[in-house]
Amino acid sequence: MKMKSSLGDKIFDIFNITLMLIICFVTLYPIWYIIVYSFNDGKDAMLGGIYFWPRKFTLDNYITVFSNSDITTAFMVTIARTIITTTLHVFFTAMVAYAFMKKELVGRKIYMTMGTITLFFGGGLIPYFLLIKSLGLYNNFLVYVIPGMFNFYNLIIFQAFFRELPVELEESAKIDGANDFLIFTRIIIPLSMPVLATIALFVGVYNWNDYFTGVIFINNPKLQPIQTFLYKVIAETTSNQMLAYAPGGIATRNVTSQSLKMATMVITTLPIVCVYPFLQKYFVKGLLIGAIKG
Amino acid sequence: MEIVEQTKNSSSHLSPFKRFLHKLNEQKYLQAMAIPGVIWMIIFCYIPMYGIIIAFKEYDITLGINKSPWVGLANFREFFSDERFWLIIKNTVGISFFKLLVGFPLPILFAVLLNELTSVRFKRTVQTISYLPHFISWVVLGGILMNWLSETGLINIIFTKLGILKQPITFLAEPKYFWGIAVISEVWKELGWNAIIYLAAIAGIDPELYEAATVDGAGRITKMFKITIPCISGTIAIMFILAVSGLMNSNFDQIFVLRNPLNADASDVIDIYVYKMGIEAFRFSYATAIGLFKSIIALILLLLANGVTKKLTDKSLF
Repeated sequence: MKMKSSLGDKIFDIFNITLMLIICFVTLYPIWYIIVYSFNDGKDAMLGGIYFWPRKFTLDNYITVFSNSDITTAFMVTIARTIITTTLHVFFTAMVAYAFMKKELVGRKIYMTMGTITLFFGGGLIPYFLLIKSLGLYNNFLVYVIPGMFNFYNLIIFQAFFRELPVELEESAKIDGANDFLIFTRIIIPLSMPVLATIALFVGVYNWNDYFTGVIFINNPKLQPIQTFLYKVIAETTSNQMLAYAPGGIATRNVTSQSLKMATMVITTLPIVCVYPFLQKYFVKGLLIGAIKG
Repeated sequence: MEIVEQTKNSSSHLSPFKRFLHKLNEQKYLQAMAIPGVIWMIIFCYIPMYGIIIAFKEYDITLGINKSPWVGLANFREFFSDERFWLIIKNTVGISFFKLLVGFPLPILFAVLLNELTSVRFKRTVQTISYLPHFISWVVLGGILMNWLSETGLINIIFTKLGILKQPITFLAEPKYFWGIAVISEVWKELGWNAIIYLAAIAGIDPELYEAATVDGAGRITKMFKITIPCISGTIAIMFILAVSGLMNSNFDQIFVLRNPLNADASDVIDIYVYKMGIEAFRFSYATAIGLFKSIIALILLLLANGVTKKLTDKSLF
């Protein structure tokens, strides 16, 4: 079916491919830059001129970062909050979505209207802040978990998926005497892995990358996620404190606050960057359901 | 179906209230699954909505929300006569406007050009790479930007070498560069992500259209402008109207990282000002009033956008 392409088309192709290569370079280079910087001797990096490859390769930045207990604690907080909140969010929101979808549910209209309003209007930062304080969630690990358990927008995505499921299985289970909760856990959940993965990815990324909850609701450094730690290091330049934690010798030798920041940024970003290409089809699908519904 | 009818018959002789209780009892599992969600919404969405009343009060931390004295519209009046009021409106709308101006057409163009790549493998690789920045947090991107835009950073090195600059500039310390930095960094981060929806729309175009055009002797560029873009114009219109309705939402996560006292005159948007007044200065009532002002404008914009979409495309949000 391929036609002989004209000269104009060829020129266009060359232009287009070049443009795409430039876009790829511009996209990847900042990430590459921090990786290179993080593997280079800190003092040497300060002299400049490191663009594409480490000049004085070293692992000292990473050794210092990993021996800093503030950073390892922050990593643990991030990992814990991401796993716990994502798991709870996915099952809780899916459960409510399933229940809200049943036509026989008494109060369904009121519940759905209540949810829809939350999409367009909210209390804003200060009333929310006062609420969190009065619930005792200030400086409490649960501030990452409980407010993050539910989201009405994700509920709509779940419902769009559930509607496509065959009803026969549900009906036969009902005749066998299964209650709604059993139907949900035994039939709906196993059939819904694609949408569960989609929402899990969105919620997981949000929890991994969120720094503001830690800035505003946490002042105990032991409960701080890594992004909040990094925010404080970057915005408030406390990285000299990082140096103080360095194991004997390294700090004074060749690690700088800048090279430590770079190493921390790389470690923070790497897990998500490694995971997302494999989940591509899920988030593309999820985004489209969301867009159609929205 | 039969089961449902049977239960209807068996409860038909009961009074309406008893029938209601009967129905509730029948769906106790369903209600047990639904009500936790309702409670969550009441606590985390509706109680804060109720808390908005402190915008009309002078909130006193010892008295609480309910007992604090009413002050009417005093907080709003103060905001409208605040010396930074116009500056904040200008920054909020200005940053969003330029993000729209640059950030809206580029993903469309990117999607259309990406679609023109003949190698499927190359196309897929570019696509995957283009999503990457979306997954990077604003804190990390902020860290890179602060490094590159500093006096000794990469941008200054390149610009001075190229002769564009004679003296290095600390970009983030000067308000006049802030909007540009905010716009460019957001476009960098979301270009590929925002193109997803257009790529899907393009994938839905009937291939026969292209074949017919090829038979008629149309070149690739002609097809791009005469088929691809017209076919996705519906999607473009809806996305545009949605983007306009979000004009009051500057990207808080981004600006919160990039702002500093030196660039405050260009980075103080409504959301940041709410944070400064409320969380930093403890003026809860004043900050709530400013936040409410923003929510109302945003809601009006959304309703307008919804009305326009309805007229143009028969599709609407609600």
